[in-house]
Amino acid sequence: MSGLDLSFFNLELVSNYLLKGFIFSVQLTLIAMVGGIVFGTLLALMRLSSHPWLQWPATLYVNTMRSIPLVMVILWFFLLIPFLTGKPMGAELSAIVTFTAFEAAYYSEIMRAGIQSVARGQVYAGYALGLTYGQTMRLVVLPQAFRNMLPILLTQTIILFQDTSLVYAIGAYDLLRGFTTAGRNFNRPVEAFLLATVVYFVICFSLSLLVKRLQARIAIVR
Amino acid sequence: MNWEWQFFLRDIGDGETTYLDWMISAWGWTLAVAGCAWVVALLFGSIIGTLRTVPNRWLAGAANAWVELFRNIPLLVQIFLWYFVVPTLVPPLQQVPSFIMVVLGLGFFTSARVAEQVRAGIQSLSRGQRNAGLALGLTLPQTYRFVLLPMAFRIVLPPLTSEAMNIIKNSSVAFAVSISELTMFAMQAQEETSRGIEVYLAVTSLYIVSTMVVNRALAYVETRVRVPGYVGGGK
Repeated sequence: MSGLDLSFFNLELVSNYLLKGFIFSVQLTLIAMVGGIVFGTLLALMRLSSHPWLQWPATLYVNTMRSIPLVMVILWFFLLIPFLTGKPMGAELSAIVTFTAFEAAYYSEIMRAGIQSVARGQVYAGYALGLTYGQTMRLVVLPQAFRNMLPILLTQTIILFQDTSLVYAIGAYDLLRGFTTAGRNFNRPVEAFLLATVVYFVICFSLSLLVKRLQARIAIVR
Repeated sequence: MNWEWQFFLRDIGDGETTYLDWMISAWGWTLAVAGCAWVVALLFGSIIGTLRTVPNRWLAGAANAWVELFRNIPLLVQIFLWYFVVPTLVPPLQQVPSFIMVVLGLGFFTSARVAEQVRAGIQSLSRGQRNAGLALGLTLPQTYRFVLLPMAFRIVLPPLTSEAMNIIKNSSVAFAVSISELTMFAMQAQEETSRGIEVYLAVTSLYIVSTMVVNRALAYVETRVRVPGYVGGGK
């Protein structure tokens, strides 16, 4: 067994290589989460609507996104956005657009289940009180759907955070890229990958513990 | 825009292989990685998932730790770990081809997800089934073998189907360690031919076809093994 040398891991490394990548990973996760939930909720409402011309485009979009590997979606957007807009787009910005569009499909499936978990009588009660469709959804159904699905939405966000490492494919500078770059520059790739593993594990495991606690609290209230 | 598909019949520079040949061999690699990793995932996932439900606290704890470990590290990082780190720490593994290391990485990652489904399946059975088995004088392993697992596996077939489709999609990360599979082909062919849209369309279709075939095949298995009166049995 060859000796591991972790001496290159110091504060300077963190500020020079990792911080920038970490900030981008978190940024990407948060923007894709908020955007994904907003668009995902719209997609879910479209899929549950009775108008076929609202229903089938949403269904097609969600099913297509869900049947293509994320890496291929990242490559597609990186190729297509400059092709369609005529302007080159940086890997980071392209990643943000891609993840928002991709995650919307997954969040929409969660929100669809969430909306369906609200009893039908609630919708009728809303209409009976004279609320419009928009008001019923906004004031009655969606808050409950959101609350019921909160743990699953957050679990999906942890998966999203893990998946942001796939921007490796287009060379965007995320947390993992910070580690691989540092590993290459210090000629210590093995140690860099080990550290990356530990950092990702600590972040994701603590977040998943938080979600579990939240789940337990919500379960009691219900 | 104008389509240009003829480049698929051009050779890639070695005088004998065309891009089409290359893509088909890449499809083979994708299926090989996904298929072998699925065997690993199903084997380990079933064992770990079962162990999570046994009364022995140590066994169940170790199995839970396995799941948490493999679930909380991004797949790409795990692939790098198996490809770069493990062979350095365990020198005898340096002789093992990278294909095997990627299969192990993808397999263990998916095993955690399979284990989660298997555990949920076993726990969804009523407590009485286990007690009835034990009351009949079956040992605990026999109760699992003859009473619990046959029902649990039928219940978890639909989620396992989507895991099997996921493993085909997830095999795309093997590009990062230079396995010549579909995504790797897509990236390189795009660069060499500048016909990115055609290349990506072809590769994306192959992924969709592969996952659809798996989906239909497992749906067929599902109808063949269903038990009347239980989930899916009445369809």
